Amino acid sequence: MLPIMEPPRPGCKPPVMDATENRFTEEASAPAEAVLGYVYDEQKQGETAAMQFNREQLLEAYRKMRTIREFEDRVHIEFSAGGIPGFVHLYAGEEASAIGVCMNLDDRDKIASTHRGHGHCIAKGCDVDGMMAEIFGKDAGLCGGKGGSMHIADLEKGMMGANGIVGGGPPLICGAALTAKTLKTGGVAVAFYGDGASNQGTTMESLNLAKAWNLPAIFVVEDNGYAESTSSNWSVSGTQLGRAAGFGIPAVQVDGLDFFAMYEAGKEAVARARNGGGPSLIHAKLNRYYGHFEGDAMTYRGAGEVERLRVEADPLTFFRKRVTEAGLLEHSQLDEIDTTVKAEIDESVVKAKAGPMPLAAKLLTDVYVSY
Amino acid sequence: MSKKSFRTAINEAMAQEMRRDPRVIVMGEDVAGGQGAPGDDDAWGGPMGVTKGLQPEFGRDRVLDTPITESGFIGAAVGAAATGLRPIADLMFVDFMGVCFDQIFNQAAKFRYMFGGKAVTPVVIRTMFGAGFRAASQHSQCLYPLFTHIPGLKVVVPSNAYDAKGLMIQAIRDDDPVIFFEHKMLYDDMDEVPDESYTIPFGEANLTREGKDVTIVALGRMVKMANEAADLLKKQGVSCTVIDPRTISPMDTDSILESVEDTGRLVVVDEAHPRCNIATDISALVAQEAFGALKAAIQMVTPPHTPVPFSPALEDIYIPNTAKIIEAVRKTMR
Amino acid sequence: MSDAIKPIGMPKWGLAMTEGKVNAWLVQEGAKIAAGDEILEIETSKITNVFESPHTGILRRRVANEGDTLPVGGLLGVVADASVPDAELDAFVAEFAAAAAAAAVPPPEPVMVDAASWQARVLKLGPDDSTATPLLMIHGFGGDLQNWQFNQPDLAADRAVYAIDLPGHGGSSKALTGGDVAALTQAVASAMTALGIERAHLAGHSLGGAIALQMAVSEPARVASVTLVCAAGLGPEINIDYIEAFIRSDRRKDMKSTVETLFFDPAFVSRDMVDDLLKYKRIDGVLPALRTIADAVFAGGKQAAILADKLAGLGVPVQAIWGESDKIVPVAHAEAVANRHVLSGAGHMVHIEQPAEVNRLISAFIAGA
Repeated sequence: MLPIMEPPRPGCKPPVMDATENRFTEEASAPAEAVLGYVYDEQKQGETAAMQFNREQLLEAYRKMRTIREFEDRVHIEFSAGGIPGFVHLYAGEEASAIGVCMNLDDRDKIASTHRGHGHCIAKGCDVDGMMAEIFGKDAGLCGGKGGSMHIADLEKGMMGANGIVGGGPPLICGAALTAKTLKTGGVAVAFYGDGASNQGTTMESLNLAKAWNLPAIFVVEDNGYAESTSSNWSVSGTQLGRAAGFGIPAVQVDGLDFFAMYEAGKEAVARARNGGGPSLIHAKLNRYYGHFEGDAMTYRGAGEVERLRVEADPLTFFRKRVTEAGLLEHSQLDEIDTTVKAEIDESVVKAKAGPMPLAAKLLTDVYVSY
Repeated sequence: MSKKSFRTAINEAMAQEMRRDPRVIVMGEDVAGGQGAPGDDDAWGGPMGVTKGLQPEFGRDRVLDTPITESGFIGAAVGAAATGLRPIADLMFVDFMGVCFDQIFNQAAKFRYMFGGKAVTPVVIRTMFGAGFRAASQHSQCLYPLFTHIPGLKVVVPSNAYDAKGLMIQAIRDDDPVIFFEHKMLYDDMDEVPDESYTIPFGEANLTREGKDVTIVALGRMVKMANEAADLLKKQGVSCTVIDPRTISPMDTDSILESVEDTGRLVVVDEAHPRCNIATDISALVAQEAFGALKAAIQMVTPPHTPVPFSPALEDIYIPNTAKIIEAVRKTMR
Repeated sequence: MSDAIKPIGMPKWGLAMTEGKVNAWLVQEGAKIAAGDEILEIETSKITNVFESPHTGILRRRVANEGDTLPVGGLLGVVADASVPDAELDAFVAEFAAAAAAAAVPPPEPVMVDAASWQARVLKLGPDDSTATPLLMIHGFGGDLQNWQFNQPDLAADRAVYAIDLPGHGGSSKALTGGDVAALTQAVASAMTALGIERAHLAGHSLGGAIALQMAVSEPARVASVTLVCAAGLGPEINIDYIEAFIRSDRRKDMKSTVETLFFDPAFVSRDMVDDLLKYKRIDGVLPALRTIADAVFAGGKQAAILADKLAGLGVPVQAIWGESDKIVPVAHAEAVANRHVLSGAGHMVHIEQPAEVNRLISAFIAGA
């Protein structure tokens, strides 16, 4: 079971009632950590569950994480080259969270995402060519070029949309979970959201509502340490686990760089939801390699921080190390995936660039089903 | 067919649709009432009793009381609609839109467009509006212009019990998000309402009076006032057409323009705050599309640009009334 | 009150009428009038029509003035012989209102009748104790029992007159067991049985005419006579564009122009008439019912059931009444019936446009049948 308890980590602690003195007291807060990013703890390796995956599943997990990484790195390059209009928020560095959780989901299940949504889309099975075309604003995009990076959705795949409103997703997945519960589909609904969104009232209301209605809902806080340019060390009072505990929701803090840890946490939360046990919260500690948005100079980050994280905190590198050292996969198998995925993303960019823009008439369609 | 109140008509519409379609659910604060409390179930049936009786018939799985959490449950209704239910969410007073508008205008309204036509969000948000209840500034506004402004939303403002039932059933069956405005002063108004289910199409105005001198367009409770004014004016030799658009998004602009082409005079009665409201919208429409037909300046009958006051002495002069409508009609006849 | 003084009251046209407005007097005070003469034009919220005098005599007083609105039953005028003194007339007028109020009986309401496979809405007018063979009136496609509002009260002076809503129409149940003429005829026959009517004169308009005729063919013992009003069932032609437009129209404007086709004078089509039709069509089950009937009765744009060749051997008297300008069923179809009357200045709704003449023809025909 996931513990309903405070995590053993420095930082703010919630106030606790001192029964003898009958007044509020608060443990002295530790001084705020310097923001240096979340780094994978090698010592924890042995703590995660034994690898219960077959080769195909492991290859699939790697292929999907590599697809996200390649997709995001390539969008970064294409954006810099001026080919992509508007706002783009990249997910590189956070791959293990989306893939680890979503590998527990099936067609019955729904997810809601964030402005940093490409990884969640890929994890839930959205078509990569359609995503790339969408980001380029092309007619062949998943949303016909009307949504763009921030609004990629594919409801048939259970992907309820990247969302331009921070905190937009949690109420929506309460609804998706209610649908599953009412229609008895056995499905669950997952909201991915960031440390920034964790401070929104909508998120707090959703935690409360999900518990009050006992919904098959899962809240995944992807805590990359920054809400736009603002540190979560400063902006998040208390802790994510403390907040979940406040609503009586089982919660766990997970190493978000560790695919296997994310998978295990997701598995337990999904099982609880499917069995009528109500909502869960997963607090994933992880990093983003790029800025809040493309073009963000990231002057708020520490000197050398990102460079260090790319070396020391790469979920794909850790995955490769784990599966090869355990003798489950060969380097050559993973290298082959790297090559294949690179070619696929190349191809998707070529297609996206070559595809036509939407026709002017599309401006007026799709506002209503009928009007 | 029998006489039913506006409240009963809406209740009957929801109950009939819930019987017909298991995907229809009702949620909101106190829509049943008494959840978790030691007293009665279905204690309230909504603050005005509009959802009374639904929970005993359909159970707590389909008539869901919510915590006081508008962002949460309106967003949940939207998410449920996007994934296969047909929720009716009760926002209670429209004044509370301030704490959940994002779920309505950024989420529900835009899904279909942002997602390239692949999303269907059949949510109905019921909400009470309007002055006259001595409910003061935060429980008396109209605010429907704010929703009408948003592409992707449909906005329904019924003026009588017959329309309320047919429009509510249409709203529930409609595949787009619908904001259903119920004037709190109309709940006890009686009208002939068929027992059977029926739908009234959106975008089809009702002509409640037909005349040749002046066109009066009015919404919600103001339709009653406009009818009274038209009846009094008729005795004085001025014949008015009264148009009740029924829905303001979509709006039956053809009926308005055709009538103004006939009469050449327009009075628009709107209980909403006077800036950027439905009166200004319709006036602009007519000024642009039927300028040549106008024989006199358009008159707008609205409250002043103030919040809704509490004191009966002030509220009564705030709300547009029959005398003000007659005065406006007279102005167009000079 | 003196029997020599006869009041003329505001008529009740249709179920919803509570009051009427006197648009115009068509006769002067002091004029000699006969029962059936057109004496007033009356406007209701739904329709404007001429009103025929129920009495013969001298119009001694025009009590209501042009422009006045009176409740149903309100005193419009007074008919009496020249011998009745003025003072007596004035007293009569003064007493009338009080007496009318005291004697007020609620107007007859239609009832729901459980027939074999459906619920029929039926309005019965006329004396309960009459032994005369009753008259059953059957409306056409898309209509209802109120189509007979100018005929049923008149014809009910001395016999029970029933007007029925067909399956899928008016207030009757909307589910159909079948949409063709045979199935609808069976439905009407089962309603007659449920009402305890063994035998009746039938009057059918349009599709209702085909039903009346079919019943005379299949159950002649139950049919005393048949009056066909602009009836279906006599030839293949039908204005299928009207039928389809009626099914399709869900907006006031479209419905108005569609039903104007029914009349010689389109001014008969009021806002309320159109509203009532739209209200009917919006009810769940109506559109599928209309579709089923239209597909069965007018398959391929032609009438499916043609009974003209059955007329010769039919032991039931049949008459036809047609509006000369009928744009729905060609007036030429009347030629199949030997006893036929074609009225000018009327279209498909001849019984609404020329009620006095239609009522006279039905009364006379029934009396002789």
